[in-house]
Amino acid sequence: MRVTMTVNGTEYSREVEPRLLLIHFLRDDLGLTGSHWGCDTSNCGACVVLLDETPVKSCTMLTPMAAGRRVTTVEGLGHGARLDPVQLGFQRCHGLQCGFCTPGMMLTARWLLDRNPQPTEADVREAISGQICRCTGYENIVRSVLWTARHEAGAGD
Amino acid sequence: MQVPAQVEYEKATSVEHALALLARYGPQARILAGGHSLIPMMKLRLAQPEVLIDINGITDLCSINLTGAQLRMGTLTRHAQLLESAVAGEHFAILHDAERVIADPVVRNWGTIGGSLCQADPSEDLSAVFAALKGTMIIYGPDGAREVSAREFHTGPYETVVGPAEMLTEIRLPIRPGGGSAYQKVARRAGDWPVGAAGAAVWLAGDTITDVGIGLTAVGATHFVAAEAEDYLRGKRVTEQTLQQAGEIAAEHCRPVSDQRGPADYKQHLARELTNRVLRRAVARARGLAPGGVASGGVA
Repeated sequence: MRVTMTVNGTEYSREVEPRLLLIHFLRDDLGLTGSHWGCDTSNCGACVVLLDETPVKSCTMLTPMAAGRRVTTVEGLGHGARLDPVQLGFQRCHGLQCGFCTPGMMLTARWLLDRNPQPTEADVREAISGQICRCTGYENIVRSVLWTARHEAGAGD
Repeated sequence: MQVPAQVEYEKATSVEHALALLARYGPQARILAGGHSLIPMMKLRLAQPEVLIDINGITDLCSINLTGAQLRMGTLTRHAQLLESAVAGEHFAILHDAERVIADPVVRNWGTIGGSLCQADPSEDLSAVFAALKGTMIIYGPDGAREVSAREFHTGPYETVVGPAEMLTEIRLPIRPGGGSAYQKVARRAGDWPVGAAGAAVWLAGDTITDVGIGLTAVGATHFVAAEAEDYLRGKRVTEQTLQQAGEIAAEHCRPVSDQRGPADYKQHLARELTNRVLRRAVARARGLAPGGVASGGVA
């Protein structure tokens, strides 16, 4: 079947099998390998992308379910050559070690901060509670998101 | 690599359209809502529908509203939407208690309440919640709508009364004065299914319990209900002792099985303790003594 969707601002139209999972469509059909394919069981959150504005687990969504919608992957998080403040926060606070969970973590962080610009530490931990960092680098991930919140509020370091 | 088997796909644009597609494809077709239960089942070949009927485009099924003395929720309501609904939390604090601990925030963004109910997992949270609240399920089929009590919705593990040509469209909760409700769950880790969980709704006249609903999940309670404990409490005065006794009765009548989430005797202990705790909190909320609305965050 033919599926059309907007990914990172660009419209794509492809012939796919209905059973194709969105994560594989993004990685294999569109070559957007920033979204990672982890546990396959909607537990780890490495595959999180924004569907319209909302983070979802793309390993548990069929490609046609995203038809007509806007998908944002980590490749679309920045603004041209300029990093998104969330990316700056992860860079600044060492929010990644191996990097596998990072794309999903950053997209969920962006969603959280857009809805709640001044989150508490507990808010951040709750927001990413469906995403696993196998390096167990949660402290720095939380620190990165809180840094971004302060940065976006115009505060210094 | 886990991928579903080959399947055909149709997008339904209305309830009537979905029903027509169900009629056309027969029992090998399945309704696809959020897919967060069905797609994992398809990956494991525990479900192998030949056709999926995607209802995500039927926006009429996404609303939560007050109609008369009822709270009505469309089957396609996302878990996150129910958690954020002020009107739902205002009338039934139990809904927000439960939604806070169902799966994780990202899964809640896309998983639907109707999908969870129709999956009918014996550890599913909302099945106990709607049983406690004595909700009504609206099921549409070729002959129109029918109503089924939430307590008669499940016919067994992973089985409901929804026929192959039917679909669940709405859940209705009666709003009665003097009520309070609460839910508590014990899970091994954030986002997991419960080891055990309990929900309670009580209606008081002074210190007397005029009506009560107790829902239990994951502990082998028939129809997710602690019926004997409810019978014991109805008409009684609220005391520490009566609420405790209700917990004892609830535990006595459930039949948990030992599995990777915990041994049966521990689950029985949870049924007893959690029933007692949610009853106490529901009573406090009915009396206005414990926070339960959205503004307060609902943590008593």
